[in-house]
Amino acid sequence: MSRIELKGINKYYGRNHVLKDIDLVIEDGEFMTLLGPSGCGKTTTLRVIAGLEKPQEGWMYMGEREIINAPEKFYEEPGKRHLNLVFQSYALWPHMTVFENVAFGLEVAKVPKQEIRQKVETALKRMQIEAFIDRYPSELSGGQQQRVAIARAIVSEPEVLLLDEPLSNLDAKLRVEMRSEIKRLHQELGTTIIYVTHDQTEALTMSTKIAIFFEGVLEQVAPPLELYQNPASLRVADFVGNPKVNFVPAKASMEQGSLVVESALGKMTFGPETLTGELPKESSFEAVLGVRPELVEIRTQPGDGAIPAQVYSVMPAGSETTVYLNVGAERLLSKQNGLKQYEPDQQVYLDIDLDKINVFAKESGRLVKLAAAEEK
Amino acid sequence: MQKEAATGAMGGQRTFSRKRRLKNQIENVLKNPYNIMVVISVIMMVYLIVIPLFQMIVQTLTLAEADVARVEGGREGMATLYYWKRVMTSSIANKMLWTPLGNSLVIAVSVAVLGITLGSVLAWLMVRSDLPHKKFFSLALIIPYMIPSWCKSMAWLTIFKNERVGGAAGVLGYLGIQTPDWLAYGPVAIIAVLVIHYYAYAYLLVSAALGSINSELEEMGSILGAGKARILRKITFPLVLPAILSAVIMTFSKAMGTFGVPSMLGLKIGYYTVSTTMYNSIQNGQNRVAFAISLILIGIASLSVFLNQKAIGTRKSYSTIGGKGGRTNPIPLGKWRPVITGLLYAFIAVAVVIPVVIPLYQSFMLEAGNYGLDNLTLHYWIGGSVPTIDQGEPGIFKNPQFLKYVGNTLKLVILTSLFATVLGQLIGYINSRGRKLFSGKLVEQLVFIPYLIPSIAFGAMYLALFATAKKVEMFGYRITLVPSLYGTFALLVLIAVVKNLPFASRAGTSNMLQISTELEEAAQIANAGFFKRFFRIIFPLSKGGMMSGFMLVFISIMKELDLIVILMTPSQQTLPYMAYSYTAENLIQLSSAVTIVMFILVFFVYWFANTFTDADITKGF
Repeated sequence: MSRIELKGINKYYGRNHVLKDIDLVIEDGEFMTLLGPSGCGKTTTLRVIAGLEKPQEGWMYMGEREIINAPEKFYEEPGKRHLNLVFQSYALWPHMTVFENVAFGLEVAKVPKQEIRQKVETALKRMQIEAFIDRYPSELSGGQQQRVAIARAIVSEPEVLLLDEPLSNLDAKLRVEMRSEIKRLHQELGTTIIYVTHDQTEALTMSTKIAIFFEGVLEQVAPPLELYQNPASLRVADFVGNPKVNFVPAKASMEQGSLVVESALGKMTFGPETLTGELPKESSFEAVLGVRPELVEIRTQPGDGAIPAQVYSVMPAGSETTVYLNVGAERLLSKQNGLKQYEPDQQVYLDIDLDKINVFAKESGRLVKLAAAEEK
Repeated sequence: MQKEAATGAMGGQRTFSRKRRLKNQIENVLKNPYNIMVVISVIMMVYLIVIPLFQMIVQTLTLAEADVARVEGGREGMATLYYWKRVMTSSIANKMLWTPLGNSLVIAVSVAVLGITLGSVLAWLMVRSDLPHKKFFSLALIIPYMIPSWCKSMAWLTIFKNERVGGAAGVLGYLGIQTPDWLAYGPVAIIAVLVIHYYAYAYLLVSAALGSINSELEEMGSILGAGKARILRKITFPLVLPAILSAVIMTFSKAMGTFGVPSMLGLKIGYYTVSTTMYNSIQNGQNRVAFAISLILIGIASLSVFLNQKAIGTRKSYSTIGGKGGRTNPIPLGKWRPVITGLLYAFIAVAVVIPVVIPLYQSFMLEAGNYGLDNLTLHYWIGGSVPTIDQGEPGIFKNPQFLKYVGNTLKLVILTSLFATVLGQLIGYINSRGRKLFSGKLVEQLVFIPYLIPSIAFGAMYLALFATAKKVEMFGYRITLVPSLYGTFALLVLIAVVKNLPFASRAGTSNMLQISTELEEAAQIANAGFFKRFFRIIFPLSKGGMMSGFMLVFISIMKELDLIVILMTPSQQTLPYMAYSYTAENLIQLSSAVTIVMFILVFFVYWFANTFTDADITKGF
């Protein structure tokens, strides 16, 4: 089967250490997204899996099969790994027609002609581009080229399908359309998909699991919701979520096993069951609160425990309204569903579900307090 | 979940064996065609470039048999500084080296300065201005590159020759105008002819650079209020400076080593350059002296390349800045437009028409020096042997040797272009795919060496290496390390291929760089092996560039004289050599006829390639 395991992968370009001790397991049939800012190592990881880069250290397995054994200098050839790749640039061969592009891999595998024809047609039909079978890539639009590239990758029925930022060259509307197309493809084919992107919305909406990278380090592997609710570190919290998470500086201390945090949002106490194992050793430390914009609810009347604030600016966008608020010296962002009307400088009161906020230790940047799970 | 998997695949233990590691390491090297290509090309280049160069250096430091008597206590093969002293400090050093070197430097510097100026101005006019008839000019301006430089010197002589130096008078003499010696022969004549020839390098390089500048860069300047002159000086010029400097190097080192022109326009009045002195030394059996002189020439060429790289540096090498959005509104020349157009037509007349028309007319003149219409004849084309004319030499089409020489030329040119192009593409593949690797850089440096060695010195070098076979005794077998190739056709092909490798591999590199590695990787993922990838992906995509590279080498060898003049033996003569030796014997009409045939061949091939393939020789630069 196609369970993929990367173990202790280290990759250097000269002195540049681009992948640092990557351990990653991708279960059979998973839609794993490698997410991170540019230059974080996500594409390199994908190319290591594809066999286009050779890591200096580490192992890789697909099911029982050894694919990489760096100490023994063993690297299985890319063509023998039973996977296929959709390049960011699509990499369609400009001198071949759509048919020839898609058929190439089957020809190499010496599939009989009749079968090639039928398989190519099926793949093109699935991608809804069977009408362009005799065209050259230059005669297709970007979106159509993208579909050809995917058809070429799925025609050989690979165990694993790799996609390297496939949507980054498309315009916004096409991108949303292709997202659902790829997600549907995953459900229909049932193959493992490994998908590289720097777009967190893509990652959150499509994947069954996300691996997030920063500067060559695999920071967290988790299902999308968990990544969103309990980001392992400040930079994960900062990268994931749109609009961005609010960071509020705070002072934290441990009192009888509970975490007490004081900030512009007031004093809060969190019980031991919500804490992670990453607490600093000191009994009091600098902390940062992570408050998702949708957790900040706005009331016009003061209420129990509500935090007074002033409206700074309001940005209605139809389906949602984002509001910038001043709380003491801090600026908070609130996201409200639907159209809401506020006046600048209006006095309002904030109601924040404290169970759902995160607390990070400032110095290590690690998550120390988990958000409570969403009630079912 | 990750922790559970820490023991390896499905709980299995990770293995390590030194034996398997070694086996895999060997397999990795052998299975990767890149490595094999690198190894083969490095061996080839060491054998054909590094060893000959080394051999040449060694020879200048050891005593030849013929010179044993000249050195006190001399034995053959002993280490000596005799040749270097002779060249640099002896009583004849001035004559052997310093005066010719001075002459060569004067010529090379003047040609570089004038040729670059001319070429850059022409490039700017063609790419940026609203010059009319651009289509015609774009073709006409590269024709001088296709006409061998020594043909231009023949045309020069035909016009300016005077009776004082011997032989028939030129056109001006015929019209009663006595030309002064300094105009007919010597540095002025040589520089003029070479400028008209070598401006093409600057023209091609600078127009490519100008064409690739994003016009937004200049438009930004004008939005900020800079005038045209200021934009030209502050934005355009610095951006094309790297291209200009490379053109300077190409022109300078070519002019330094050129042989045909100074030999035709200088020897008659005893005006020697380094290359003509070197040729003389070799003709007199003074090979080692000639080698010492060549090494000095190579040193100068290397120094100029080094200075060039220092001057440009890597930070400023933006010659690859992608160009999008062609300029829509060219810069108007205003009232200067008709003047400049006129000058350009005059230039084309001088650089293109005269060097072609004069030999053509001359080939029909029965008596040299008489330019009247009553003097016209077809004798030199189809006439039989007449004892009173040219010691009985028949017209070229009646000369049984002529067809053989045409055959020789075509054979040499086609074989060389084929080999050089294929090798150039392979080396280009290594250069483009190994850009960041040591192996890629090594190959790139090695293949560049022949470029630094002047053609005539290159010929001398191969003469030294391949004059006699070198064998070694190994395990009881005699193995021929270096076969004796002197006097064989193979040697001519070999030297022409190696000397043209820098050009061919440059064309190959730029060709291969255009093929994104991802196209190849996509095929690799589809499990296509190297040969499948090469023939199904790389080759079809590089055909156009390959054809351009082929054309470039073809034209360059078709007119090649300097390189093979030393190695030539009577049975392997080529058209340029035939024309050259006719000129040397003062058989001007015959030499003109041969030249015309050669032109026709070059133009035909160029036309053919341009019409039926997508070759473009300007892309090879």
